[in-house]
Amino acid sequence: MSERSKVMIKIRDLSVGFGSHLVLDKLDLDIYSGEILGFVGASGSGKSVLLRSILDLNPKQKGSIEILGVEFAESDPKIRNIIDQELGVLFQHGALFSSLNVLENIQMPMREYLHLDQSLMDELAMLKLNLVGLSEEAATKYPSELSGGMIKRAALARALALDPQILFLDEPTSGLDPIGASDFDELIAKLRDTLGLTVFMVTHDLDSLFSVCDRIAVLGDRHVLVEGPLQTMLEFDDPWVQSYFRGKRARSIVVA
Amino acid sequence: MNISIGEVDEDIVAELAISRDAGKIAIVLAGTWTGPSVHLVDRELKQLENEPGTLPVFVDLGGIVRLDTAGAWIIHRLVATCKARNQPIDISSGNDRHLELLAAVAIPFKPLQAPKPDSLFNRVFSGVGKTVSGFGTDFIMAAHIIGASIRGAQMKPGKSGGIRPVSIIHQMDVMGLQAVPIIALMSFLIGIIIAQQGALQLKVFGAEIFVVNLVGILHLREIGVLLTAIMVAGRTGSAITAELGSMKMREEIDALTVMGLNPVGVLIFPRIMALIIVLPMLTIVSDLFGMLGAIVISWVYVDIMPSLFIGNLRTAIDFTTVFSGLIKAPFMALIIGLVASIEGMKVSGSAESLGRHTTSAVVKAIFVVIVVDGLFAIFYGVIDY
Repeated sequence: MSERSKVMIKIRDLSVGFGSHLVLDKLDLDIYSGEILGFVGASGSGKSVLLRSILDLNPKQKGSIEILGVEFAESDPKIRNIIDQELGVLFQHGALFSSLNVLENIQMPMREYLHLDQSLMDELAMLKLNLVGLSEEAATKYPSELSGGMIKRAALARALALDPQILFLDEPTSGLDPIGASDFDELIAKLRDTLGLTVFMVTHDLDSLFSVCDRIAVLGDRHVLVEGPLQTMLEFDDPWVQSYFRGKRARSIVVA
Repeated sequence: MNISIGEVDEDIVAELAISRDAGKIAIVLAGTWTGPSVHLVDRELKQLENEPGTLPVFVDLGGIVRLDTAGAWIIHRLVATCKARNQPIDISSGNDRHLELLAAVAIPFKPLQAPKPDSLFNRVFSGVGKTVSGFGTDFIMAAHIIGASIRGAQMKPGKSGGIRPVSIIHQMDVMGLQAVPIIALMSFLIGIIIAQQGALQLKVFGAEIFVVNLVGILHLREIGVLLTAIMVAGRTGSAITAELGSMKMREEIDALTVMGLNPVGVLIFPRIMALIIVLPMLTIVSDLFGMLGAIVISWVYVDIMPSLFIGNLRTAIDFTTVFSGLIKAPFMALIIGLVASIEGMKVSGSAESLGRHTTSAVVKAIFVVIVVDGLFAIFYGVIDY
């Protein structure tokens, strides 16, 4: 983490709510270049809402979200378009386009933004597919013919199609078996190292948090309770954080 | 705090200089080699790959400012091709990150094989064949659904015996009651249009009073039931297909099956049953509002007083006129329900398939409804009804 100073995403004083019900209130968070930030919080505490707010899929009521130094939601369409290409998102259920096969899914953003020959696009899509550990046979399959793990990998390949700088992962390892999940974690770490990605990962997977995340942020009571490396989490004095990181399931991992 | 937007503002150009001299090929790469720019150099590099040669190749990465997987891939492709034909190749002055990326994309994989296109003969006639055999499959599926509805709905061993009155009533509300306003409005307008057009023509002969016979017989025998069925096919048929289709996509139908319930009995039977009850009722609504439209327009347009209209209507039509239209409704309801259910059950994983089957449910249902209406017309003609 040599370039800690570069802030990729800067969130200040963010409030998001639906009707009179505030989900996030005065939330501050920085995401630095080249790090993998694990984002945790109780179910229903607003992790996905934050993710969607950063991506401007939910309107915010107050505050600012700067991506690559630009106020994303209020920037003009041209700038927004450029930033869109720097963001890759892996949605929780993959969100692959069900009427396109895997290869066409990966080529979709390339086709829209780049001026590549079909043959080069095929090669690049196959490369991305191999990069995320899918075999050639998966290329011509449709999303409904894939297993859960394959969908996640294919969706990751699509998220990486344009070589984005920032990758958003929404519970990337949910629904995967422990071996598949730890492979996926390694994959994320490897991609971060080779492609220089910044990763924002919403997760519940303690293994991921302990193994690949450089920093962890905990959402509770509508704002970030604590952020920092794992050690900070273990020492932080809050009943929820304590039971999360020192609970029965966590202890076995820390001990091991 | 402008990090990389600055880089995007300047022109993104990938540069490539190839020089052939003194028994070697020297390639100097410069600029930004990323997705948005690699198309500028891809063709040139590919040409070089396709040139058979044994001259040693020297690649200089020194001038590259930015490299991503797309750029790294086309460089790697050149390296791999040269290595494959034993052409010496050397990469120099790349920085660590770029070399790391080059190593990362060096994954051996089989290129994509395009499937062999079928011959023209096959492409034309396989479509025809599939359509024809599709009719057969549809027919068998319809028979299955009718059979399973009649027999299957009662097979549930638990309480309530299998037929679900609540479900049927609910469907009747959705399909029938909520459709009344639109059916009424549509029939009112159709009544107006037929009466106005008819009156206009009959006036030439001074026979505008016969507009009562025209509208009465035409609307009650044919138009009322036909248009109601078409409206219901569009409104309810599509809804049935979409509901069943999305339930199938999300494995809800499988969930019913493993609970020991018959999906046909639980989902399809109440819908078809409700449709059969409701369509004749909607036809009556349509008949009433069609007549109302005709009465209003005859009064305004050709000065036939409502009392005169109704009096003449009594002599122009009798019970058979109304009933011959009404009797068609349950048959049409059955067809709409069956076609929609069949198409719903045929939906597979993708959103596209849901859309395609919903469309085809409506189109097929309307088509078959019109064909059946024609068959009834022939039948009535033969039995002189």
